[in-house]
Amino acid sequence: MTTKIITAISELRKKQPRFRGLESGHRACLGCGEALAARLVIEATGPDVLVANATGCLEIFTTPWPESAWRVPWIHSLFENTGAVAAGMESALKAQGKSTKVLAFGGDGGTFDIGFQALSGMLERGHNVLYVCFDNEAYMNTGIQRSSSTPHAAMTTTSPPGKERMGKRHLKKDIVSIVAAHHIPYAATASVSYPSDIRKKVRRALAIDGPTFLQIHCPCPLGWGHEGDESITVARLAVQTGLFPLIELERGGLASAMPIRHIRPVTEYLQMQQRFRHLFTDEARAKEELEHIQAIADHNIEIYGLRGECKDAFDSEGMDTVRRGGMRWA
Amino acid sequence: MLQALEGSQAVAQAVALCRPQVIAAYPITPQTHIVESISKLVADGKLQCEFVSVESEFSAASVVLGAAIAGSRAYTATSSQGILLMAEVLFNIAGMRVPLVMTCANRAISSPLSIWNDQQDSMSVRDAGWIQLYCADNQEAVDTTIQAYRIAERTELPVMVCMDGFILTHTLEGIDVPTQKQVDSFLPPYQFARQLDPRNPLTLGTLVSPDFYPEARHSHHQALLNAQAEIVSADQDWFALTGRKSGGLLTIEGPEQATVAILTIGSVLGTLRAALEELPPGQPVKLIKLRSFRPFPKETLKAACKGLKDLIVLEKAFSPGSGGIVGLEALAAVAELPQPPRVHNFAAGLGGRDIPLDILPRLLAVLEEPDNNRFRIIDVDLEKLPLADR
Ligand SMILES: Cc1ncc(C[n+]2csc(CCOP(=O)(O)OP(=O)(O)O)c2C)c(N)n1
Ligand code: SF4
Repeated sequence: MTTKIITAISELRKKQPRFRGLESGHRACLGCGEALAARLVIEATGPDVLVANATGCLEIFTTPWPESAWRVPWIHSLFENTGAVAAGMESALKAQGKSTKVLAFGGDGGTFDIGFQALSGMLERGHNVLYVCFDNEAYMNTGIQRSSSTPHAAMTTTSPPGKERMGKRHLKKDIVSIVAAHHIPYAATASVSYPSDIRKKVRRALAIDGPTFLQIHCPCPLGWGHEGDESITVARLAVQTGLFPLIELERGGLASAMPIRHIRPVTEYLQMQQRFRHLFTDEARAKEELEHIQAIADHNIEIYGLRGECKDAFDSEGMDTVRRGGMRWA
Repeated sequence: MLQALEGSQAVAQAVALCRPQVIAAYPITPQTHIVESISKLVADGKLQCEFVSVESEFSAASVVLGAAIAGSRAYTATSSQGILLMAEVLFNIAGMRVPLVMTCANRAISSPLSIWNDQQDSMSVRDAGWIQLYCADNQEAVDTTIQAYRIAERTELPVMVCMDGFILTHTLEGIDVPTQKQVDSFLPPYQFARQLDPRNPLTLGTLVSPDFYPEARHSHHQALLNAQAEIVSADQDWFALTGRKSGGLLTIEGPEQATVAILTIGSVLGTLRAALEELPPGQPVKLIKLRSFRPFPKETLKAACKGLKDLIVLEKAFSPGSGGIVGLEALAAVAELPQPPRVHNFAAGLGGRDIPLDILPRLLAVLEEPDNNRFRIIDVDLEKLPLADR
């Protein structure tokens, strides 16, 4: 039975050849959301790109010398300078009169925290670069430490719960709004659980001559504490609860948001992950934190108008079923 | 043709003659005049290039790194705190063997804050794996900048051209600015074998295991040692073209029979030359100008020190808790001679402290002190310090 499915998938692949810029055989954990998201992004950009990649899991698991999983020109320099390296590459291509697109890849640590200044500079100066942040909500490469993207109350090795603490005390930084506040042409969020949406947003960003930004929510089974085969379910629940709204911003203003057809309670999302397990006790403070998190989701639903009215091919349920070959260019 | 130019303007013109396609810089005294002059050349359409006004030196170094690997000749310049902020990128650039040229307008390092000249900044990144060439005057700064591109691109090593802040950067001198034709015949268009190109996708900057790291370091070390030949040949070819030399790895001047030499680095050479002229005849003294600090030209220095009884090393930086930097390396080099000279090591001019002409007799006075070869900072007024620090 299993073999049959695998054959079917590989046959499907053959029928729909796509550009593969990130090869299989790299060393990511089973079910790594970042690996899948990076593959999807490169599939959508095609081969005419140069990539600058920040230090982090994606860099480490794809390039153990003398091997490389990349089939596109790719450079890793440092953790915090990816925006600037990409800006330099883009300036060079511009000086040479080439139209090759420059992509910058960073984790949430490399984007929200240590590389934030270089990113901001790149956006402000208007470089023609698509910056993709693979947001797995912690420093995974160094062993799951909190970042400014780690959601409120999540447990990491540097935000452990204990007598005095309920995981991370602070809120997740709203990076996409900060990025959009640079008044760049296009900034968006996406989730690895909505591949067609990623493709659509990457293509949209590529078509723009100027700085664009895509934040892709990528579960990390190791850091979040769920099974590898649950990554897509977990990521989809983040969207369906309103905790991770999928939005597009143009020149700083909201241009679209993916409606949620059936809004789910946040507990459905949280209880699948070990990083939130301290919230599921009888303690009053645990209940209070759950209420906080629900309030965050409700707030998102409100400000972005995420409540879907009716069936919609582009809502949180419809997007699941948008298939290749059908609404292919959705 | 001689033109009266400020050091910074002269360097800006030299950079422009090298036809860089991407320049990124962040202002810091005393480097500012260089990038301001370049900005003006760009604004006036005299230099066609992408000028990236970055938000920090960290990004300046990162932008030129990205530009160079994407196939463009690139340039940046900085000083002092800027060098320190760049430090991580500087090591990265060198380790990746990216050919870049940067001017370091040498300045002291905070704290205490000083905007004035010494060479603690470039010396602090001596182990970054860059070639470091020090200029004695502004003509050398111009010629060395142009030579630096050829050296960098032939050796796949970045080159830092160090010129003393203010003393050189802000001083007007008659400069023979080379013609575009001369520079074009000396410096071929930029080429980088590992250029990122979608038609031939390469992966740069990978993770290596302990199985490969020492080999990578060895090859970097070897490349720097081998670069000595390129540094010499660039200067020779430049001489053939323009009739001017900047001094290869090092130069020696003064009477052949002198048994005392002063080894210096940077612009203090001019002061010593002038001081020597005022010295009453008697003690013959040689001057050794060390131009290439990295790679350190050990064999050439040994040859230069053969027959010396005393070698006085005068430098503008030191390693707190140890002593002189150039001094220690010179000591190690001459120790290999059958009859090594005594080495006396001084730091002077720290944080812009004036180095007056009477420095020479004070340096030479050390020869009368039997076996006193401890490192000293010249001219320290202990009266200004609390007792415990004297
Ligand atoms: C200047 C510097 N500080 C710290 C590190 C160590 N470091 C490497 S990767 C990393 C975390 C990466 O986290 P993130 O950007 O979120 O990417 P992820 O691994 O989660 O994909 C850290 C802290 C480093 N390489 N450089
Ligand atoms: S630790 Fe997480 S992000 Fe890193 S490879 Fe594993 S699953 Fe992917």
